[in-house]
Amino acid sequence: MQTQSPAKKLTGIAKCPTGIRGLDEITDGGLPKGRPTLICGAAGCGKTLLATEFIVRGASEFNEPGVFMAFEETGKELADNVASLGFDLASLIRHKKVVVDHVRIERSEIEETGEYDLEGLFIRLGAAIDGIGAKRVVLDSIEELFAGLPNQAIVRSELRRLFLWLKDKGVTAVITGEQGEKTLTRHGLEEYISDCVIFLDHRVNNQIATRRLRIVKYRGSAHGTNEYPTLIDQQGLSVLPISSLGLNYPVSTERVSSGISRLDAMLGGKGYFKGSSILISGTAGSGKTSIASAFANSVCQRGGRCLYWSSEESPGQIVRDMASIGFDLDRHVRKNLLRFHSIRPTLYGLENHLVVLHKMVTEFRPDALIMDPITNLTAVGNDEEIKGMLTRVIDFLKNEGITAIFTSLTAGGTILEQSEVGVSSLMDAWLLLSMVQSASERNRVLYLLKSRGMDHSNQMREFVLTGNGIELVDVYAGLGTVYTGAARLSQKARDEADALERRQTEERRQRDLDMERRSLQAQLDALQTRLANITAEQELGLSLEKQRDDAGQRAESQMARARKAD
Amino acid sequence: MSKRKAQQPENDRWQLRLYVAGQTPKSIAAMSNLKRLCETHLAGRYEIEVIDLLTNPKLAAGDQILAIPTLVRTLPAPVKKIIGDLSDEVRTLVGLDVRPAFAPDASWNPKVIAL
Repeated sequence: MQTQSPAKKLTGIAKCPTGIRGLDEITDGGLPKGRPTLICGAAGCGKTLLATEFIVRGASEFNEPGVFMAFEETGKELADNVASLGFDLASLIRHKKVVVDHVRIERSEIEETGEYDLEGLFIRLGAAIDGIGAKRVVLDSIEELFAGLPNQAIVRSELRRLFLWLKDKGVTAVITGEQGEKTLTRHGLEEYISDCVIFLDHRVNNQIATRRLRIVKYRGSAHGTNEYPTLIDQQGLSVLPISSLGLNYPVSTERVSSGISRLDAMLGGKGYFKGSSILISGTAGSGKTSIASAFANSVCQRGGRCLYWSSEESPGQIVRDMASIGFDLDRHVRKNLLRFHSIRPTLYGLENHLVVLHKMVTEFRPDALIMDPITNLTAVGNDEEIKGMLTRVIDFLKNEGITAIFTSLTAGGTILEQSEVGVSSLMDAWLLLSMVQSASERNRVLYLLKSRGMDHSNQMREFVLTGNGIELVDVYAGLGTVYTGAARLSQKARDEADALERRQTEERRQRDLDMERRSLQAQLDALQTRLANITAEQELGLSLEKQRDDAGQRAESQMARARKAD
Repeated sequence: MSKRKAQQPENDRWQLRLYVAGQTPKSIAAMSNLKRLCETHLAGRYEIEVIDLLTNPKLAAGDQILAIPTLVRTLPAPVKKIIGDLSDEVRTLVGLDVRPAFAPDASWNPKVIAL
């Protein structure tokens, strides 16, 4: 996954794609075109397979005919060997796309009597190349010449001439060589082929074999330098260039439901971030698989695809168990929305698990991945290795925008907030499940230990598995104790009784106050009536007095007029 | 360009095939060495076929030829291959399984194996 500037591409050497998954990525396009490449490694590491794929894929995918010069196997053996990988070598030979020339050297039949050269080999190879216009040549394994011909000096000088001649012919050649004691190849072929050397390795560690591929050198080209895990399966060889990924994946603000509405509420109301990695850790039986399945179920219900990697249970068992809590996973399996991959970790090494996972994700293109549980991988690697592998899984999934849930089993008696394989720092969200023991029962408790980039609840929740799914219930906490299960229910009942009593007291008090208020109101009414009466009486008295005054004045004036006073 | 030098065979008949690639010094040396050797030790009992791979490159695969020159003894069986310009006469004779005083007895009845 290297990026190359266009300017560099112009000046860089031409590449010949192998069509082998991953190899073209780490070689930045393929083997050097028109030059020989050495493939070396111990017996059984896949040299011949790589060489065969190079020829077969060249002929069938890139329309580049090829010549396979086999020093070890006959054409029929070769065709039979690769038929199991789905390559129809015989048909390619019939259609003049591939020539397989079996070269047999029997030391016992050969006597040396003076000067000679290997012109015969050149002529055979030349005839085969010209016969079909070959662009690719494989010599597997040219080292047989050293075994078959006594005069090493002649073989060496002729090999040197052969590689120059191949370059002149302009064919892209793959030469295989057996690994030597202290050298890359037994007879030092690397001295002659200096353009590109690929080393294959098949290591057994703890009884588990892992294949690896490394580019020892590649002149004039950028290339990945790590050891890359490789896998040989029904589709041939694949190389996993996952460790070449960087921390520059796109991030999404889109949210996906966890499948449990209360959990979504805890996660800022919307659920997980799409493309994030979620760790669910907990002790045995704490409900890790159930929470993971709830997510799988919800993804599939929305029409998304989910890949379920299980290292503990068979698909049938997961489907049956999850049906008991109301998740009909079988329906999703039938619709090809949910795919299970149940595998014992000890079947092959960590690297192979990685390659298989990578392949499945590339083929199935899921929206979500569940790995349940990752702790079982300790059977095939130490914590450091598992962490390395999971880092690559997470990097890969994040690049693909796949939401991933990893479950991790916490052994009893260990610190809860410590994930078994030390991967918590890689995760974006961490759900911790634990069992709370109280009053002769155990209950499940869930809390969010972390959730990057969102406002999340710090509250503990009890979670209950019901026939209709998972329900999260508030736990009762008080006096340093968490109440769950029956204790929670009895606490709830107590609380309800208390509440009722408080309510009744309040009602009584309200009634008393009401009465008092009403009596006061009555008194107030009486006083107001009296006040009104007094006011009315006062007003009446005043008006009578005025009338009397007016009448007096009138009489006085009449009297004065009658006496004719001045 | 095949050269045949056949004499009437007796019950032991030597069939030799020499592969060369053009008229290189090594090829020419091999041809003259072979002729001399056959005349000396197998006079009248041999047959030589010279195949030039430059004109017939497809023939190289049949006898599994890599080295040039290669002398193949197709008869008597078993097939023997001698590579080089045949300058080492003793080794050539050993390689061809030719004893200088070759005298087959009555039980010598070689089978012809088709190649």
